[in-house]
Amino acid sequence: MARERHGMVEKRGAGLWLTHVLMIAGILVIFFPIWLAFVASTVTQPEIVRPPMPLWPGDQFFENYRAALFSGVNVPVATMLLNSLVMAIGIAVGKIIISLLSAFAIVYFRFPGRTFFFWMIFLTLMLPVEVRIVPTYEVVAGFGMLNSYSGLIFPLIASATATFLFRQFFLTIPDELAEAARVDGARPMRFFWDIVVPMSRTNVAALFVILFIYGWNQYLWPLLITTDPEMNTIVMGIKQMFPSGDDVADWPVIMATSILAMIPPVIVVVSMQKLFIRGLVDSEK
Amino acid sequence: MEKRVTFRGWLLPLCLIAPQVIISAVFFFYPAGQAIWQSLFIPDPFGLSMQYVGLGNFEFLLSDKFYRASFVTTAIFSILVTLASMIPALFLAVLADRLIKGSGVYRTLLIWPYAVAPAVAGVLWLFMFNTRVGVVSWYLGQLGYDWNHVLNGGEAMGLVVVASAWGRISYNFLFFFAALQAVPRSVIEAAAIDGAHFWRRFFTIVLPLLSPTTFFLLVVNVVYSFFETFGVIHTITSGGPQQSTTILVYKVFSDGFVGQDLGSSSAQSVILLIVVGLLTVIQFKFVEKRVHY
Repeated sequence: MARERHGMVEKRGAGLWLTHVLMIAGILVIFFPIWLAFVASTVTQPEIVRPPMPLWPGDQFFENYRAALFSGVNVPVATMLLNSLVMAIGIAVGKIIISLLSAFAIVYFRFPGRTFFFWMIFLTLMLPVEVRIVPTYEVVAGFGMLNSYSGLIFPLIASATATFLFRQFFLTIPDELAEAARVDGARPMRFFWDIVVPMSRTNVAALFVILFIYGWNQYLWPLLITTDPEMNTIVMGIKQMFPSGDDVADWPVIMATSILAMIPPVIVVVSMQKLFIRGLVDSEK
Repeated sequence: MEKRVTFRGWLLPLCLIAPQVIISAVFFFYPAGQAIWQSLFIPDPFGLSMQYVGLGNFEFLLSDKFYRASFVTTAIFSILVTLASMIPALFLAVLADRLIKGSGVYRTLLIWPYAVAPAVAGVLWLFMFNTRVGVVSWYLGQLGYDWNHVLNGGEAMGLVVVASAWGRISYNFLFFFAALQAVPRSVIEAAAIDGAHFWRRFFTIVLPLLSPTTFFLLVVNVVYSFFETFGVIHTITSGGPQQSTTILVYKVFSDGFVGQDLGSSSAQSVILLIVVGLLTVIQFKFVEKRVHY
């Protein structure tokens, strides 16, 4: 269908070329900041601080990335990468597990308080961490979870979006399957593990991509609760690498760190593109 | 919609829903309640006792010219971010929709910036426009324009807007592209046979058909610019110069954590809660419509 429309209506020749040229120009403009960061991560500090800096990569790639990964500024970037990985995976997996369980309870059971809990989960949509910064910090501090992985993960783990997504999906699972399971005398959790979870595989994977990026890209929360550089995540740690006062920033190392900070999410998004787009569209419904 | 077939028992479902309910209660509802409670008090200068002031914090806030300025800043910022991310995205989506070959490759490339965290985007743009080493600011200087976002509030705003909008172009592009692909072919062909040229077809037929997507993206992008751009502001301007880029979320942070003004920060949290509530209602009203569309 799509092809036919192009066949009939689309311009050919010059018009088509113009479209390609504009598209490539747009992409080049959008990529310029990333390219410049990459170039800066492969040259020496003097080449940057005497502007204009070169626009083509230099020969310091290995030196700069080694310096970033194993020395860093406050803490080796390898440590920050590990912290980010733990946080992103912890948030994604945690959200998926608790949402699968609560959606299963809401869809497949009638129990006291069901409607109340449903609305309670719904209301968390209206409470992003940005608007309850200070009191949430106090709660986490009270539990002694500052500078810990659990402090990074748990306050961000309740997700109305994921619960609704799974609820929506469970409602489309044919009733006959649950009926058959009941007739066979299968316990609810057996049904959950053998039927519901395997059927939700694609949804889980799509959601994982979105939630991994959400967790990886967190900034404000790690900034508040990780005062110990050893616990910094890479996204919030970059800003900490800038010197206070008039000292000159170590640009090659900072830009190498920026590139390292974007590689994992970019790999996830690009390699799981179809799932990513599906997750994006689903989670906004 | 409800299931006809359900399992019996009430203990198991309560256990299943417990993790989510407990986490929501401890990390969402209790802190939100605290924010509302604290907004009614001011601590004494030594932090030893709290004095009840009723709506005093709110009265003070709403008459505070910095807070009111922050509202205006947030409005300007979110309108600019929304426009600066949606217009280029629509343009690129229209281009990609015209292409038969290669649109997959372009799409893959255009997804990239979405994966870049706002705070990292902030660092990339700060590097380009840095007053000492930035390439773009240096070339602007060669052209006779003296770029200095550290002193010039308008330039600071421009920079945080562009840095915030940049990654969102990917997101908006994906939604516009999907919507364009769903425009009925027959309508376009009929218009083409009637002799309507491309841009005429675009403005009279395609754009109206895109309106559900456009409205959805408007709401989502406003929400984004309100709540998810903190990283950009913190890395590039820290709210300055002279608070010219202090959006509401940044002000909650700077008053609460840097300024240690608990009463005011809590009152600001409560006002933000109301804003989020309104935005969520708008979003849901609209989503319902979209389902019936």
